[in-house]
Amino acid sequence: MLTFVIRRILFAIPTLLLISFVIFTIVDLAPGGPGGNIPLTIPPEVRKQILDAMGANDPFMVRYVLWLKQFFYVEPAFILNGWWGTSFAEGAPRILSWESRQPVIDVIIERIPQTLTVIGTAYIVAILIAVPIGVYSAYRQYSWFDQLGTFIALVGYSVPTFFTGFLVIVVFAINLQWFPTIYDTTLNVTDWDSFLRQLRQMAMPVAVLALFNAAEISRFTRAAMLENLSQDYVRTARAKGMSERVVVLKHVLRNSMIPVVTVIALGIPNIFGGAIITETLFAINGIGGAVIGAIKANDLPMLQTLTFIFAVLIVLFNLLADILYGILDPRIRYD
Amino acid sequence: MTLRTTLLGAVAVMACAPAAFAERGADGNVNVLYWQAPSIMNPYLSSGTKDVEAGSLVLEGLAGFNEKGEVIPRLAVEVPTVENGGVSADLTSITWKLQPGLLWSDGTPVTAADAVFTYQYCTAPDGGCAQAARYEGISTVEAVDDLTVKITFAAPKPNPYQAFVGGTSPIVQAAQFKDCMGTKMPECTAQNNAPIGTGPFMVTDFKVNDVVTLAANPNYRDPAKPAFATMTLKGGGDAAAAARAVMETGEFDYAWNTQIAPDMQAAMAGGGKGVFINGFGTLVERIEMNMTDPSPDLPEGMRSTPAHPHPILSDIKVRQALSMAIDRQLLVDVGYGSAGRPTCNLVPAPELFASDNTGCIPQQMDAAKALLEEAGWVDSDGDGVREKDGKKLALLYQTSVNPVRQDFQALVKGWWNELGVEVELKQIDASIYFGGDPASPDTFQKFYADVEMYANNFDGTDPEPYLAQYLCDKIPGPDNQWQGENINRFCDPAYDALVAELSTTADMAKRGELAKKLNDMLTKDSFVVVALVDRGRLSAHANSLGGVVLNTWDTELWNAQDWFRVK
Repeated sequence: MLTFVIRRILFAIPTLLLISFVIFTIVDLAPGGPGGNIPLTIPPEVRKQILDAMGANDPFMVRYVLWLKQFFYVEPAFILNGWWGTSFAEGAPRILSWESRQPVIDVIIERIPQTLTVIGTAYIVAILIAVPIGVYSAYRQYSWFDQLGTFIALVGYSVPTFFTGFLVIVVFAINLQWFPTIYDTTLNVTDWDSFLRQLRQMAMPVAVLALFNAAEISRFTRAAMLENLSQDYVRTARAKGMSERVVVLKHVLRNSMIPVVTVIALGIPNIFGGAIITETLFAINGIGGAVIGAIKANDLPMLQTLTFIFAVLIVLFNLLADILYGILDPRIRYD
Repeated sequence: MTLRTTLLGAVAVMACAPAAFAERGADGNVNVLYWQAPSIMNPYLSSGTKDVEAGSLVLEGLAGFNEKGEVIPRLAVEVPTVENGGVSADLTSITWKLQPGLLWSDGTPVTAADAVFTYQYCTAPDGGCAQAARYEGISTVEAVDDLTVKITFAAPKPNPYQAFVGGTSPIVQAAQFKDCMGTKMPECTAQNNAPIGTGPFMVTDFKVNDVVTLAANPNYRDPAKPAFATMTLKGGGDAAAAARAVMETGEFDYAWNTQIAPDMQAAMAGGGKGVFINGFGTLVERIEMNMTDPSPDLPEGMRSTPAHPHPILSDIKVRQALSMAIDRQLLVDVGYGSAGRPTCNLVPAPELFASDNTGCIPQQMDAAKALLEEAGWVDSDGDGVREKDGKKLALLYQTSVNPVRQDFQALVKGWWNELGVEVELKQIDASIYFGGDPASPDTFQKFYADVEMYANNFDGTDPEPYLAQYLCDKIPGPDNQWQGENINRFCDPAYDALVAELSTTADMAKRGELAKKLNDMLTKDSFVVVALVDRGRLSAHANSLGGVVLNTWDTELWNAQDWFRVK
């Protein structure tokens, strides 16, 4: 198992380097540039000076190699300096956003909490709802519960979040005035009162995203359960006189978890990636908001860094899913 | 005893009342929503309106503009003029006097040296200062004494209110920014996020593209202001969400740029929690006529250059007919509602410079058709499209991707089809269209189309640099990497001569007259620029927020020190 993990990590390095190059090329070749956001009242000479100072006019390879150096050397050095008070790479220029001129990594660190809180909570809520629904739907296939579950899953998966999001805003924020429509990132949870306020501002985005995610996971759970329920070992277990509870929750559920765990694990990078539409709708200003903002502003350093971090997370969670297989099913080992 | 107590009580109440009414920080927190979130608080590093306006809460210039477009003193004692001796008679220097006793929010005194430093800061090489144009034409800025700043210009400057005037040109603290010159400019993150200023507020926390938390500046020059102790400047969402948060849910006190569809404006105004406010500046949505031939048959480097005049649009009668066929009022009703009004002018304001040109407003379809007939464009084969000498009257009409602009394109295409003009529409992503990349064929400067639509305005109240964009030598072309501002390739020696005259005229009435003449030469006399809509600003504030005056000549937050809570 250990050699497998080491081998996979070593393979990941050239993969990630290639990914970083491809992302950089695509982002750079995309038409448009940071000049599009400079107002027309700024004369052309000044416009050129602004772009020169950003480094936007440097040749492609210069910018790519500089980014590699900054991402793999300067930024980690700054993080180490923060932890241990060392002074690696002192004075070296960090990756600066073209739009805000802030170090990109600082912006990401600033935005991770609200994304993890809202999108992460939504994901956990989705799993907590989806797995029991999937299990019961499969156990009572074609019952009214299964039909209702299928209907809700279909609606949840096919209705886009910009529609459900707007719907809950109109009903719960404008008409009923229960929840705020703008997320307050400065709110610190220190006591019961602020905790309730945090719950109120999370309620709508979490509900919208949970509905969307739960739909997918519950369908996977149901399908996996159905497949296992008709297996021979289930009949054997029942013939041995085991209770239905033990048969379903111990034998069938555990065997059905393998595809479900994969789906859940592979979905985790999306939590870090944020939810572009939901975040914009509720002004959460998390990572998803940063991505769409960087796209709109043609902020190449920001977009490149974010996309590359997503790539790293996807590679990482693929590996994690593989390791979890081995734990859930001892037959699957990679030695 | 009772009487005495009552009297004492009354005296006490009377003594307290005015104090309670005008006391710094008495009104708690004010919530402001900028749906395009502020990225940085230093306007010298970002030309974006959102950043300049957020920065203006903290940083101030020597003077600013009020809602009428007049220059008003801020840090200066008064506005220097030729009459009061502040501006030299030959217009080559201006001397500003700082108010005595001014303090930065950290308690140190504001001196003329800070102004001198600000000039050096923005003009240092390799810094990429976004407001460098405000300091153009200056030969020296010197501190005569601690409270006197003298700016000397390289040539006579009829409009000296550029440097240190308005939200785009504030004074920064020399002590704070002394290590941030040139290439170090963008790296000074802490300074750029929380500049020390003289404005009514100071930054207590800054989250990039998310939220700025501000507190009242304890050293603000008026001890009774601002009425609010803290301000939360939140960003994110979109224009509709921002309007909703003020007008329908009441979560915010002020929302900037709530530019939404006219029917939504009407629906939200019924929410009862706030009001929309609008004001008109100089932003004009216009159709620009290409005076040169953009035909793809020409070799690259020849397309849209003055060497090849436009085969159709070189005829003024065609341009005039195209303008006459447009119903501008309908465009306003569809696209902007109360945030727009029809205009025929390139310079719609200030009043002094705005021509009384309203001839284009009524739609004149029949007259337009007659004009085309007269010009020799007739539909001889009955296919609904006019021809002349075997050439079809067909135009390519481009603009950026934007829902309102696409509505406009569809409407204008309808009217031009009715006129007998074949119209092909093209939409380009705004970041490419305005991106200025000389390698892209789709920039508005390259103008590889017959007509194109966009909006433009000018900074401040003086239209001279704006009108000077239409000089012959500012035509974009392959020689200058397509970086000129004369988008139409308009070239008229008489126009150039008039601009030269404007640049040496100091008398305001005469300047107004010249500007109007220049405006008319581009619009009603030649129809090179076909103005459509004068686009105003539309913002919203809660009924409980008082003191808001929408200003289109300076930043919208120009008088945040006067805002208060309506009780």
